[in-house]
Amino acid sequence: MNNQTSTAPLNYLNHQTGLWSWLSSSDHKRIGLLYFYCIVTFFLSAAVLGLLMKIEKVAPGQTIMTAQTYNAMFTLHGIIMIFIVVIPGLAAVFGNLMLPIMIGAKDVAFPKLNLFSFYLFFGGACLALYSQFANGHAPDTGWTFYVPYSAEASSNVVLALTAAFTLGFASILTGLNFIVTIHTMRAPGMTWFRMPLFPWSLYATAWIQLLATPVVGITLLMVIAERTLHVGFFDPKLGGDPVLYQHLFWIYSHPAVYVMILPAMGVVTEIFPTFSQKPVFGYVPIALSSLAIALVGYFVWGHHMFTSGMSYESRWFFSLLTFLVAIPSAIKVFNWLSTMYGGSVDLQPPLLYAISFIFLFTIGGFTGLTLGAVATDIQVHNTDFVVAHFHYIIFGGMGFGFFAAIHYWFPKIYGRLYHIRWANIGWGILFTGFNLLYFPMFIMGIQGMPRRYYDYDPKFQLGQTISTIGAVILFIGLITMISNLIYHAKKGALAPANPWHGVTLEWQIPSPPPHENFDEIPVITKGPYVFDNPYTK
Amino acid sequence: MDNHDSHITSYALNFKVLLVLLILTLTSILVIKFHLGAFTVAMALLLASIKCTIVLTYFMHLKFESLILRLMVGGIFLLFAIIIVITFIDYYFR
Amino acid sequence: MSTTEHNSHNAHSEHSEYIDSDTGKMGMWLFLFTEIFLFGGLFIVYAVMRSKYGEDFHQAALELNAFIGATNTVVLLVSSMTVAMSLTAIQKDQKNLAIGLIFFTILLAGVFLVNKYFEYGHKFSLNLYPGSDVMRNLPHGEIMFFGLYFLMTGLHLFHVVVGGILLTIIIFKIKSGRINKEHFLLHENGALYWHLVDLIWIFLFPLLYLIT
Ligand code: HEM
Ligand SMILES: [Cu+2]
Repeated sequence: MNNQTSTAPLNYLNHQTGLWSWLSSSDHKRIGLLYFYCIVTFFLSAAVLGLLMKIEKVAPGQTIMTAQTYNAMFTLHGIIMIFIVVIPGLAAVFGNLMLPIMIGAKDVAFPKLNLFSFYLFFGGACLALYSQFANGHAPDTGWTFYVPYSAEASSNVVLALTAAFTLGFASILTGLNFIVTIHTMRAPGMTWFRMPLFPWSLYATAWIQLLATPVVGITLLMVIAERTLHVGFFDPKLGGDPVLYQHLFWIYSHPAVYVMILPAMGVVTEIFPTFSQKPVFGYVPIALSSLAIALVGYFVWGHHMFTSGMSYESRWFFSLLTFLVAIPSAIKVFNWLSTMYGGSVDLQPPLLYAISFIFLFTIGGFTGLTLGAVATDIQVHNTDFVVAHFHYIIFGGMGFGFFAAIHYWFPKIYGRLYHIRWANIGWGILFTGFNLLYFPMFIMGIQGMPRRYYDYDPKFQLGQTISTIGAVILFIGLITMISNLIYHAKKGALAPANPWHGVTLEWQIPSPPPHENFDEIPVITKGPYVFDNPYTK
Repeated sequence: MDNHDSHITSYALNFKVLLVLLILTLTSILVIKFHLGAFTVAMALLLASIKCTIVLTYFMHLKFESLILRLMVGGIFLLFAIIIVITFIDYYFR
Repeated sequence: MSTTEHNSHNAHSEHSEYIDSDTGKMGMWLFLFTEIFLFGGLFIVYAVMRSKYGEDFHQAALELNAFIGATNTVVLLVSSMTVAMSLTAIQKDQKNLAIGLIFFTILLAGVFLVNKYFEYGHKFSLNLYPGSDVMRNLPHGEIMFFGLYFLMTGLHLFHVVVGGILLTIIIFKIKSGRINKEHFLLHENGALYWHLVDLIWIFLFPLLYLIT
């Protein structure tokens, strides 16, 4: 194993200097970092919005903001978190940073297109912000832009829609790039089933990005046409059908949740073998279940519409298929657990995050089944139960997957080590805060606390207060985690090339990697998770 | 490095393909005169799909592309068809 | 490894200024897939609305000029052939023929646009456009039909224009020798894009003009 330290004078971080060399670089790693900084910034600002909403709810009645402000806040919070943070999140950040290295390539297939999609993303993100501050009201439709309200609201909905459209386009181009990269740029000898599982998950993700996003693109265009030209597709007064909007929206937006979660699954699939020093259990099922999830995930969108007046037949159809998606997801969970079983488990921060990923994702998944069953969904639809469910999935799943990824690849990316103890402490606070924040929302939801309300019946006082306290704790955890990382990105001890004894390709090159990753493209002769160290035998 | 093994479609073949497409277009225009009732749309769509396949196969050279690309194209149309069908599970029974 | 001055942008540029043909073509195909799904959204709306308002659609389609529609179909089919032939020409190193054929293709695109101009012009002269009072007072199904008609053909029109621009660029690149017998990826991709424009129309034509 290659254990040289990162004393190599030139790497992708310093081979060119100056702001412009970053803004114009088509190096996949630099683009990944650009995404990273943008996304983390947006994540923190939207998290502050979330905190403010929670503070509003610390007591019944108006506390710190009006109802209209609250509406604008959950809209902005949702738009940022969904379209700017989690959808590009793992794929654009860690996909860009690691995918080419992990398949033994020097870059993605279309590096310039990659840079272009970053700028599209950036433009879309700016537009989303602009829609908040431009003349008129901040959008208050919620991130789902449901008609008829979104077609009539007087706020800057068109700007927000255009922003979402642009962001979608960036996502399409990233997906396109990754599919072609994986098809054509794998190192010699790296057959499909010798490819690590994070690239596998990115491959499945990329197909969703490519094929589902255009549907929402055209849908958002139709809403724009609805507002500017009054074509009336979704307006019952003119013969349109508002439920059709929901179909089109969820044809994209359900698959989009797999755009969020699949790469996170891919990340933890890399982490478990490394920190158990044991080959991943069930390589092929994990790889194929990614594809299965992506495929079946296309056909379940209607579970968001059980209460919208769909036909009875389609309700049971969507319910059935929703339950089917649980199977490949469960396959993965069992495989991760079996990977750790009997391994020499080393409980480092990345593994802590990965294990909490399983824990939170499982809670989110089971409550998802509650929502997938028509009878129970009708009870808890549009309550805090739903909010808790999707935060467990996207924050507990994708968010913690993201944190796992950054703790795993940090030494590779910056060539430095963070402080392990502080990382563990940050994790502890974060995890506690998270559950305090969201778990009460399950209970309140079942008791009838509706979502998107700035006020509540005093009987929810206890749960709401616990939840707010949880939000504050979670915030402290975030700050702890991030300051540890920021500080050590510059000041940390130099990292060896392979601090965690990983076996995939990214650990076989120096930390940080050189500009074009490999001096010589490696030739692959074995599967990705062959551990040849003594203590696994 | 590139394009060496590309297939060259002859002018004659291109022209023949055009003729077939034109004939199919004419057919689809004439066919509506027969008032097939409920089958008008089915007929129109069938003819359009045939034309579509021909354009894909010859003009777009799919015939000479790799198997994987052909599978992808087929898969795309299949996926779209499934999405339409599933949407209609709602609309048909409402 | 590169030095600080070294300005290479990507792995390819070290070996060749051209993108590998299979890679580039796959990229284009994937892009076309997204285009298909973009129009696909509109086709879903069409299908739903038509199933709801069959009779109104029928009536409304009578308003459209099937002759212009058919002419444009032929125009696009021929242009599809000429662009395919231009690719044959470039592969056979017949540069001028290739340029001529593309030029002819662009000309046909122009004919298509002129036809559309008259078609839209006629609708506008009847005050029939999205949001107009005339349109609002039509039966519901007809409002849907014309809305779809304008949105679908409008989006398609946009693609015709983009395709025309792409083909113009290709002419210049053939002239300058950037596209040649050995390297014609851009030409191939431009042609693919143009065929897609044709493909979409192949479905639009019967669904909008021929359901009378
Ligand atoms: C950082 C801590 C976070 C807090 C305190 C927080 C809090 C909240 C609150 C209070 C709401 C409004 C619930 C309602 O009234 O219906 C909300 C909605 C939402 N949150 Fe979060 N959230 C956080 C993180 C996240 C993350 C990481 C994501 C995504 C990855 C996310 C995605 C959403 C979405 C999509 C909505 C729905 C917006 C809507 O109803 O339109 N949140 N969040
Ligand atoms: Cu869903």
